[in-house]
Amino acid sequence: MNGRLAARLAAMPLSGRIGFALVLFWLVVAVAGPLTAPHPVGKFVDEEVFSPASAQHWLGSDYLGRDVLSRLMWGARYTVLLALGAAALAVATGTSIALFAAIRGGLVDEVISRAMDTLISIPSKIFALVLVAAFGSSLALLMLIAAFTYIPGNYRIARALAVNLVGMDFVQVARARGEGAIHIAWREVLPNMIHPLLADMGLRFVFIVLLLSGLSFLGLGVQPPHADLGSLVRENISGLPQGASAILSPALAIATLTVGANLLIDALKGGGEA
Amino acid sequence: MAAPAANAPVWLGLTRVVLQRIASALLTLLLVSIVIFAAASLLPGDAAQEVLGQSATPEQVAALRHEMGLDQPAVTRYLDWLAALLGGDPGRSYIADMQVTELIGARLVNSLSLAGITALVSVALALTIGIVSAINRGSKLDRALNIVTLSLVALPEFLIATVFVLLFSVKLVWLPSIAMVSPEATWSEMLRSMALPVACLTFVVSAQMARLTRAAVADQLDRPYVEMARLKGVTFRRIILFHVLPNAAGPVLNAIALSLSYLMGGALIIETIFSFPGLASLMVNAVTSRDMPLLQACAMIFCAAYLALILIADIVAILANPRLRS
Repeated sequence: MNGRLAARLAAMPLSGRIGFALVLFWLVVAVAGPLTAPHPVGKFVDEEVFSPASAQHWLGSDYLGRDVLSRLMWGARYTVLLALGAAALAVATGTSIALFAAIRGGLVDEVISRAMDTLISIPSKIFALVLVAAFGSSLALLMLIAAFTYIPGNYRIARALAVNLVGMDFVQVARARGEGAIHIAWREVLPNMIHPLLADMGLRFVFIVLLLSGLSFLGLGVQPPHADLGSLVRENISGLPQGASAILSPALAIATLTVGANLLIDALKGGGEA
Repeated sequence: MAAPAANAPVWLGLTRVVLQRIASALLTLLLVSIVIFAAASLLPGDAAQEVLGQSATPEQVAALRHEMGLDQPAVTRYLDWLAALLGGDPGRSYIADMQVTELIGARLVNSLSLAGITALVSVALALTIGIVSAINRGSKLDRALNIVTLSLVALPEFLIATVFVLLFSVKLVWLPSIAMVSPEATWSEMLRSMALPVACLTFVVSAQMARLTRAAVADQLDRPYVEMARLKGVTFRRIILFHVLPNAAGPVLNAIALSLSYLMGGALIIETIFSFPGLASLMVNAVTSRDMPLLQACAMIFCAAYLALILIADIVAILANPRLRS
């Protein structure tokens, strides 16, 4: 597996390798960042607000005189882990329902597909806003809302893949052998659609990062005292006129994360062919 | 197989397919209304309690619940709401104590003009980028445009907006960072104040549109008829203008409609940042204040607009591709 990954990386265009490096960087920051953060996340460490980068504060201080680098490391953890959790949940749920619908077929498939078509015709941000208004925005709820918003999109792709596979000879043979639905879904169909599914999960991850940081930027996402990257941009918006590092660095962090993920997925799919 | 002479049945079949699509879209819209109503009405809290606050007596709350119809079963409330919505009366705002239609009216016009101008600018920009990069496939220009549009697709709207504000309002002081749209404003004032929101939304929308356009045109360039035309000695210009573009029109229009649906998500952020008095910023306010009648009405307008765009894309695809007609 490692050898194959290295081989694929070597075969990738430069943009893909840059994307891989950026994604890896942010994953490491999300996991290890808070452990190495130079200052406590909520502590006021600087007399001055919006101070520029210095030896003590590598990325300067924020609108309350807190250390931007430390807050950025924590913010990255919320953004990356929430979005990863939500993307995994969306893909696991969407694909399970899709496998169920594709293998059962008939009326079950039709009813589920119709319901998913309905959900997919609600623009994702609008849907997420309605859900936030109805249920609130604790961290767990935000993850569930983001996951729920992107289940229909994954369902559509997974079902199209699964329906194709279910019609193939080896699945028919497995059915004739008398295998159960779970065996067919888990052992016959799923292994053959895992690559496009992983690519789809990557895309969902990007969408969810954008959705969650957009919500946080509007003040409707991650609530204080927690702060993800979107909240960091929002709370430091008054530093915009002086181009403070407190607002530019979280904005740049989101951009490098999502652009990196997009470049990587594009390269894995085979580059500029689409 | 129908003979070419049988023109009427072809048109009949086409009308039937289009009517079917419209009916299916209307059914979807009905189902969407159930989802929106369910999500917004089955809240854990009690709207009457929330409007009156903690100090209200139980009798007051009960009276208001009755007045708001909250003591009715959910199905009755849904049907009442739907009937009122169809009659053009989405109810009364909890917070502003105004009819929702009054709140929405002027803002809908503002949002539509923002969307209209953005659509004009972004379609022109995206088609140019898409066609140029498709023609120069594999060149340095194409690869550069691919990376640029791919990155723009991945950027959050608020990032583009903050960079634009920093550049054009703060550093260059060319344009206002707050969009004041008042009825007294002259045309030039209006355009000036809308310039930044339009520019940001154009960025958000045209990247995706350009990518889809490039894919559609590139797909046509691979077809045998292009090679045939080339072998006949037709000039490249002529091939693009008279052979490729008419054939790519269907998928390209489809791409335009699909990308324009991104406008809605983008508008939520952009209108809020620039304090643009439009429908999207109204909806964000409704979420903040948990003003459910207003929120439901805004969400339904956005969903209807989204479905309409998808429907148009669908119908255009059918008209452009005879194979989809049956």
